[in-house]
Amino acid sequence: MRFVDEFRDADKAHALAAKIAALCEPGRQYKLMEVCGGHTHTIYKHGLEDYLPESITLVHGPGCPVCVIPMGRVDDAIHLASRPDVIMTSFGDMMRVPGSNGSFFDAKANGTDIRMVYSPLDSLKIARQNPDRQVVFMAIGFETTAPSTAVTMLRAATEGLRNFSVFCNHVTIIPAIKAILDSPDLRLDGFIGPGHVSTVIGCRPYEFIARDYGKPVVVAGFEPLDILQSIYMLMLQLSQGRSQVENQYSRVVPWDGNTVALKAIGETMELRPYFEWRGLGFISHSALKVRSAYESMDAELLFSVPGVRVADPKACQCGEVLKGVLKPWECKVFGTACTPETPIGTCMVSPEGACAAYYNYGRMHRTRVAEAARLGAS
Amino acid sequence: MSVDQGGRRELPVLDREQQVLDRIDRARRRTPRVREERITMSHGSGGKATQTLVEAIFLDSFRNDLLEPLEDSASLLLDGTRVAFTTDSYVVSPLFFPGGDIGDLAVNGTVNDLSVSGATPLYLSAGFILEEGFPVADLTRVVSSMRDAAARAGVSVVTGDTKVVQRGKADGCYINTAGVGLLSRSVSLGVAFARPGDAIIVSGPIGDHGVTIMLARGELDIEADVSSDTAALNGLVGSLLDEVPDVRAMRDATRGGVATILNEIARAAGVGVLVSEDDIPVREEVRGACELLGIDPMYVACEGRLVAVVPAGSADRAVATLRAHPLGAQAAVIGHVTDQQPGIVQLKTAFGGTRIVDLLVGDPLPRIC
Repeated sequence: MRFVDEFRDADKAHALAAKIAALCEPGRQYKLMEVCGGHTHTIYKHGLEDYLPESITLVHGPGCPVCVIPMGRVDDAIHLASRPDVIMTSFGDMMRVPGSNGSFFDAKANGTDIRMVYSPLDSLKIARQNPDRQVVFMAIGFETTAPSTAVTMLRAATEGLRNFSVFCNHVTIIPAIKAILDSPDLRLDGFIGPGHVSTVIGCRPYEFIARDYGKPVVVAGFEPLDILQSIYMLMLQLSQGRSQVENQYSRVVPWDGNTVALKAIGETMELRPYFEWRGLGFISHSALKVRSAYESMDAELLFSVPGVRVADPKACQCGEVLKGVLKPWECKVFGTACTPETPIGTCMVSPEGACAAYYNYGRMHRTRVAEAARLGAS
Repeated sequence: MSVDQGGRRELPVLDREQQVLDRIDRARRRTPRVREERITMSHGSGGKATQTLVEAIFLDSFRNDLLEPLEDSASLLLDGTRVAFTTDSYVVSPLFFPGGDIGDLAVNGTVNDLSVSGATPLYLSAGFILEEGFPVADLTRVVSSMRDAAARAGVSVVTGDTKVVQRGKADGCYINTAGVGLLSRSVSLGVAFARPGDAIIVSGPIGDHGVTIMLARGELDIEADVSSDTAALNGLVGSLLDEVPDVRAMRDATRGGVATILNEIARAAGVGVLVSEDDIPVREEVRGACELLGIDPMYVACEGRLVAVVPAGSADRAVATLRAHPLGAQAAVIGHVTDQQPGIVQLKTAFGGTRIVDLLVGDPLPRIC
C-alpha cells in the first residue's frame, strides 16, 4: 500500500537499528519518552523495541487521551447521559473507560442513550435528526481532536442548532510534559514529540524543554520507521551533546503549526484554571472549557453535573506508569486484577494506553534482532 | 542465551518481569466469571467477553462431554452412525450488503460449521424472528437467497419456525439455522490436536466480510470496492480432506477473525503459535479501510475462509489442493505451531518485530487519533 509500506520497510529498519546501536556509549543507559499514545501503539503493534539495543528504554508517556480522564468526569458524563432528554455521543475508545460506577458501555446496557460516533460532526447529524432531544458530544483528546470539536461548534452556531452541546474534556499537552519534567522521581534523556498534536501547535512550544531542561525533542510521525528515525535523531543529539527541538515529521508538521485550527480552538474554547488528570493530579492551565461566548453549547452549564472528585483506586498506579516511573508490569495489579476485560486504571483501556499495549502485544519472552544487539554490544 | 533459526537471540528476561508474566498466566487460567450485571455488546463480539459468558454461564450449566470441546459442531453417535450437529443465529445489519445478505449468510455459516468439523452437511432448520412491519418483499428476497445458497451447498431446509415480535422489539429479521451432517470420514479433527511443527493455513484473503459490513452501514463515509466473502466451504473442505487426510483441525474464521481462531488453537492444544504478517493474505482495500479505522484485519470477520492446521509434511499438498479450488485460490501458509510460550500467539510483523496477538475483549473500537 503506497504511503504506508515505505514506512514499514524492514531493511531500512535494520540499517537504522545499526546506526542507533553504534551511537550508544558503552555502559550508558538511555531513557527516551514517547509522549503520545499513538506512538506507544505503533511501537508495540510493530514490535519496534526488538530493533533497539538493550541500553535504550522507551518510557510511555501521558499522551493517551482516554488514559488521563479522571473517574469523576466519566461519572459526570454518565450522569448527564442518563437524563431522558439527552443523547450522549462519544468516540469509540471512550466507551470502555471505567467511572466509579461502570463505563459508557455499562450505562448503555442499562438503557442510557449513548451512541458511538466517528467524528463530532456525526453528533451534529444526530442533533438535526432529533430536534426534541439534547445531543451532547463527549469531547476528549489533546490539541489533535480539539480543532474538530471547535469546527463542529462553529458549524452548529452557523446553523443555529439549539440542541447540540459539548461536554468539554480537552486537555493540552505542554503542561503535562512540564509536570513530568518537574517530577522529582524521573530521569529522562529525551522526548519523542507527539506528531499529531504538533500538526496543530507546531514545534515552538517544545523549545523550553531543550532550552530550560536541556533535553532533546524530536517530533515524530506514526509509522515505525518514523519512530526509529526519531530515536536515531535523539541519539545523535545526545552523542553530540546537543539539546534541540527537531522535526522528523516535517512531511505533515509545519514548524509554526496550523494557525487556522488554533484560531478555531481559541474562538470556541478557553483555558481552565486547573484540571484533574488521572494519575497526575491537578495541573494548572492544562485543559480547555467552552468559551463563555458559546455558553449555550456548554453542557456543564446547561445541565447540572455532580462534579464530584473520585479518588483513583488505591491499588492503581496509573500515575507512576504515565510518568514513566514504573513500567506497566511493575504495577501491583497489572495483569491480575487489572486486565483489558476488567480495567481498573485507564492505561489498561485504550489500545494506546501503556498497560493495554504491553498486555495485548508485549507480554512475551523478548527477543531482539541480533544485528542491533550485537552492534550495541561492540 | 540462545540464538534461534531466525537470526534472533533470546534475551534473559528479568526475573521479576518473568514472575509477573507467570502470575498473569495463572490468572488467565482461572475459571472465568461474568462480572457485569447486564449483558453488554462486548458479550456478543466473539472475543474474551464472549468466551467468558459461554464458559461461565452456558458451559457451566449444560456441561457434558459432547459440548465441552466447544468445537464448531458437536459430534454425536446415533445408533452407530457419527453425526455432526450445530446451530447459529444471524442478526447482521444491514440485512443486504455487497456480496450477500442475511439469507445466504445463515445457510453458509451453518454449512461451514459442519464442514470444518469434517462432516458432509445434509439438513438445515430455519427459524425466523420477524419484526412487525418488515416488508414481505425483503423476506422473499432473503428466503430466495437461502434457497439458492442451500442448493449450491447441496443441503435442504427441512424444518422451520416463524415468530413475529412487535415493532421495535427486533431489527427487521433475525434468522437461526441448525444443521446436521454425516461424519462419514474416518478423520478426527479438533484444535486440541495441534502439535509443534504443524503448519497453519488460511484459505484466502481475510477480513472481507467484516469490512464490507462496516462500510455498508454507511456510518464511516468511506467507499471501497469490497464485498463479503460469504460462501459454503463444504466443497473446499471435501477436496482438502480427500487429498490431505491427516489434517489436524479446521475452523471457519467468523466473528473475532483469524486472530481468535489462532488463540483457540494455542489454548486448546497448549501450544504456541507463530504467524508472519507478511504471509497473511489481506486485500489492499481491506487493509486500507482497516488502516484508516485503526483496527487490525486479524480480528475482522470472514464468512467464507477457513484456518487449517496440518502436519508440516502435508503443508505444501494442502495449499496446492486449496488453491486448485476457486474458493481457496489465495490459500497460504501463515505460520506454524511451536512449543514456545504455550497458549500465546505471536506475530512476526512485516516491520521485523514480534508481538502478541491476544483475544480482544469486545469489538475492535476505532481509535480516536
